[in-house]
Amino acid sequence: MTEEIIIAGFGGQGVLSMGKILAYSGIMQDQEVSWMPSYGPEMRGGTANVTVILSDERISSPVLNQFDTAIILNQQSLDKFESTVKPGGVLLYDPNGIVHPPTRKDIAIYRIRAAEFASKVGLAKVFNMIVLGAFLKIKPIVDESNIEKGLQKSLPERHHKMIPENLKAVKIGKDNVELMQEV
Amino acid sequence: MMKELRLMKGNEALAEAAIRYGADGYFGYPITPQSEVIEYLMAERPERRTGMVVLQAESEVAAINMVYGGAACGKRVMTSSSSPGVSLKMEGVSYIAGAELPCLVANIQRGGPGLGTIQPSQADYFQATKGGGHGDYRMIVLAPASVQEMSDFVSLGFDLAFKYRNPAMILSDGVIGQMMEKVELQPQRARRTEEEIIQECPWATTGKPATRGHNIITSLELDPGRQEKFNLKLQKKYKEIERNEVRYEEINCDDADYILVAFGSSARICQKAMDIARAEGIKVGLLRPITLWPFPYKPIKTLAQHAKGFLVVELNAGQMIEDVQLAVAEKVKVEHFGRYGGIIPAPGEVLEALKSKVIGG
Amino acid sequence: MHYCPGCGHGTTHRLVAEVIDEMGIQDKTIGIAPVGCAVLAYNYFDVDMQEAAHGRAPALATAVKRLMPEKFVFTYQGDGDLAAIGTAETVHAINRGEKFVIIFINNGIYGMTGGQMAPTTLEGMPTSTSPYGRELDLMGNPLKITELVANLPGAYFVTRQSVHTPANVRKAKKAIKQAFENQAKGHGTSFVEIVSNCNSGWKLTPIKANEWMEQNMFPFYPLGDIKVDGKLVK
Repeated sequence: MTEEIIIAGFGGQGVLSMGKILAYSGIMQDQEVSWMPSYGPEMRGGTANVTVILSDERISSPVLNQFDTAIILNQQSLDKFESTVKPGGVLLYDPNGIVHPPTRKDIAIYRIRAAEFASKVGLAKVFNMIVLGAFLKIKPIVDESNIEKGLQKSLPERHHKMIPENLKAVKIGKDNVELMQEV
Repeated sequence: MMKELRLMKGNEALAEAAIRYGADGYFGYPITPQSEVIEYLMAERPERRTGMVVLQAESEVAAINMVYGGAACGKRVMTSSSSPGVSLKMEGVSYIAGAELPCLVANIQRGGPGLGTIQPSQADYFQATKGGGHGDYRMIVLAPASVQEMSDFVSLGFDLAFKYRNPAMILSDGVIGQMMEKVELQPQRARRTEEEIIQECPWATTGKPATRGHNIITSLELDPGRQEKFNLKLQKKYKEIERNEVRYEEINCDDADYILVAFGSSARICQKAMDIARAEGIKVGLLRPITLWPFPYKPIKTLAQHAKGFLVVELNAGQMIEDVQLAVAEKVKVEHFGRYGGIIPAPGEVLEALKSKVIGG
Repeated sequence: MHYCPGCGHGTTHRLVAEVIDEMGIQDKTIGIAPVGCAVLAYNYFDVDMQEAAHGRAPALATAVKRLMPEKFVFTYQGDGDLAAIGTAETVHAINRGEKFVIIFINNGIYGMTGGQMAPTTLEGMPTSTSPYGRELDLMGNPLKITELVANLPGAYFVTRQSVHTPANVRKAKKAIKQAFENQAKGHGTSFVEIVSNCNSGWKLTPIKANEWMEQNMFPFYPLGDIKVDGKLVK
């Protein structure tokens, strides 16, 4: 199994930490992982993206131009990465702020209204975990128990009390992901 | 014993490895994309964990000279920076080489020349392998291609540096420094005691007992005859390093028609390009130099006897290709593909370049 | 010794060596030599010595002292090394309160390279790169680095001495001893400036050079303690 993912959105949406939790969860189930961020001035308030790869084998390039899954959290990222999804791949997006939805016909498209749910249930801080939950519903590549272990490893100890909230957010994501288009 | 696995950035793995190796000192100055090294060290309180000294110097120049001072005492000391900062350190590296001191310098390269960009690059190959500072000296240069190697090459670099009393460099880049991967950490080693240092480094300025003359660490010689003798001694040492310490990795080279040659992050991208090519039925192999100096001329020369062509892939305008050309000696075609200034090519671009420049060209 | 007859380096070397002997710390002392006339100082001290790149002695000393806090560490630097190319290292090491001794020889000229202008060259003083005398509007002002560093919180002891008469030699030795004793007690940086002549660079006989120094250098670089026990006294 190899899953190549791009996660892209605004800086501050938790793009990088979502990728980190996913990568740590992969380690917990004995997989090879890589997490390669875009970095630099564009991170401060601009767009942020991270390439995450989970694999049963040694990972070659941490930098890719084609992905099995694109997780998209703003319009700029949709414009930039829609074309990079492999034919037959998955595009998951949050419609918040999206004016021009994805148009490709050869990929599966899913929607998660994560921003909406996050504000509705007062879980703004774990918005990204709702998105992660939606992704894991589509592609259950890591076990829920390993997500919990991944959270324990990647969050500083003083934030461990937040883990139940994080898991709750994952469940909201799982329960509310919408299939918009099959391949 | 259970393996200790962590998800870490390359820069963090380098810092943690230094503590675990039992390094005595780190002296640095912040610069993107390598500031995580000193940030991680400061957060870890190594002065409590092992007694390691960590200091944010006033400049890269001061930091490398702190390394000189510490190395002259036989201590395991290191610094790290990124390209513009490494340029500033080059005077100090020359003095360190000239005084035959062991130390470790890490360069997490970014785009240049000048202030350039803060994104990944491999444009300091010439600086690292051909000089950088003044005078006839060589630096052992290790090129990690993974976060694991960022960790492992700390001990390898220090070991080689002390074996040959010579500066060693970890030549990495913003990809390897900033990316996170699974890393298996080495167990904690004890820092050497003063007695152990005196035994291992009898030349060091550890304080002169009545039983020996005073130790002097200097790179100065006023007499050209004696300086020439010293240069010959250095050259003899460098030949020995060239004989003993060449390291490289070959993947799928045995039956390969075409060979990609790449180091560090470029080698990772090439590995993927190779996989795609093989899936298309093109027999591609990858030779990854691990030591950039000493350079693996021999294995490349051997591959040139059977391969139809080489593509050298670097995040620069063509630097390592000169060494590959030396090894191939015009037997077959050697072409270059690079992106510059902080742009990282995707595997598909590498394969396209192989097809257009080497296979079809 | 390779120093010119009448130069203050030889005397200052001797004073530092005497203090090391008297304190019985030869086996615990690491010295750092500069670039300049004292570049070969490592040959004259029978202690372990390091030779620094130009201006970087305080960086070396910082690492040596921090890595081996039980040792005694001193740098020995001239005005070009300490107050021009090495200003950043000097200021920052002292500002951090690094616990070593700096011996600073100020003769207002670059002796080793043949008498060029130093940061401490006086107004109107001729050198090979200020052949018509130092012109302030063209070449900037002489730098009172000692007064400057005395104001840094890390400086524990700052003094200016000379070694051109027996009485001054005695005072200078007392100051150097004080500096090393401060280090023994773990105090911050001790900084001892020695205003010296450079008779060959100044193109004067040794006696005339000392007279010129008293008449010209001392009014601008007055002798005496500037900071004692961490407090400014002047």
